[in-house]
Amino acid sequence: MNLTALLINGIALAGVVLSLAKDRKKTRQSLAVAGKSFLRILPMTLLIILAIGLLLGFVPPSRISQFLGEQSGAGGVLLAGAVGAVMHIPALLSFPLAASLLDSGASVTAVAAFITTLTMIGMITLPLEIRELGLTFAALRNGLSFLAALLIALLMGWIL
Amino acid sequence: MSGERRERQRKKPLGDLLGLAAMGALTLVLLLLYPDRRGAVTGTAGDYPMEMMLVLPAVMLIMGLFAVWVPDALVARHLGRASGVKGIALALFLGALPTGPLYVAFPLAAALISKGARVSNMVVFLSAWACIKLPQEMMELQFLGLEFMASRLLLTIAMVVIMGLLIEALMNRYPAAET
Repeated sequence: MNLTALLINGIALAGVVLSLAKDRKKTRQSLAVAGKSFLRILPMTLLIILAIGLLLGFVPPSRISQFLGEQSGAGGVLLAGAVGAVMHIPALLSFPLAASLLDSGASVTAVAAFITTLTMIGMITLPLEIRELGLTFAALRNGLSFLAALLIALLMGWIL
Repeated sequence: MSGERRERQRKKPLGDLLGLAAMGALTLVLLLLYPDRRGAVTGTAGDYPMEMMLVLPAVMLIMGLFAVWVPDALVARHLGRASGVKGIALALFLGALPTGPLYVAFPLAAALISKGARVSNMVVFLSAWACIKLPQEMMELQFLGLEFMASRLLLTIAMVVIMGLLIEALMNRYPAAET
């Protein structure tokens, strides 16, 4: 187990202990909520694990770097950003997927664009956002988010 | 509206299961057709499930604790009060707490705007809720490393604040477009 995993598990454990000390009933509720959300995300987690397996086993790194690598240029970054904007997978699971893309030849810029649009822009939730906050607000927020994501990605590629 | 939302939530796990079944079948077929790739699929990819199972349960625990101890309404009550730089900082912080999914945040933000909260703060709040969530940052740290996570976090915070101010300015200038 690496340091980060230890840290995250440590925080969770400390939280549970603290919660137990304060209120038994609320702790039981928290555990129930956690268990339920874990079960809910489990099928998607297994799906992503399989997808990563197929990606690493069947798609040659040369193909991935052709579409998402350094030499793919602006096209690769736009492609990654657009896929991230329309895809609907839990943000938590996008990070292992992103790591496997990075492992097999995608550029930092493309991967950053993918994650950032994936989390910032919600096509599925867009109708609800329009209904609650108005068309202008929703269109501006999602449209500008796409541009901001591309800018973040470009700066990431430049820094790292 | 809420009935419709509940409907979507109820249907979703079934969709995920169907997707998983399809992906499982695809994997099985591909591995039977290309047995020589079996090592590559299970070997290289083997680290990922391991890592995910090490971290995901803990992340879920943290989210569960927050869901019970810090209800969404409490978050909204605190956000309604502050303004200025403090307001933006608070919107970032409250948005980043490990609370529920994004669609919960839209009605919260709408209610706060109608009570007089600044549009810029609500953009920052919603964006932080969507993409600077604490559990996400933990997963990012685990899988992509400190450098990647920290630089993306700082850039995202900067962009989100700029975006908030820009959207507020645009909406104040063209209020007629609001329907």
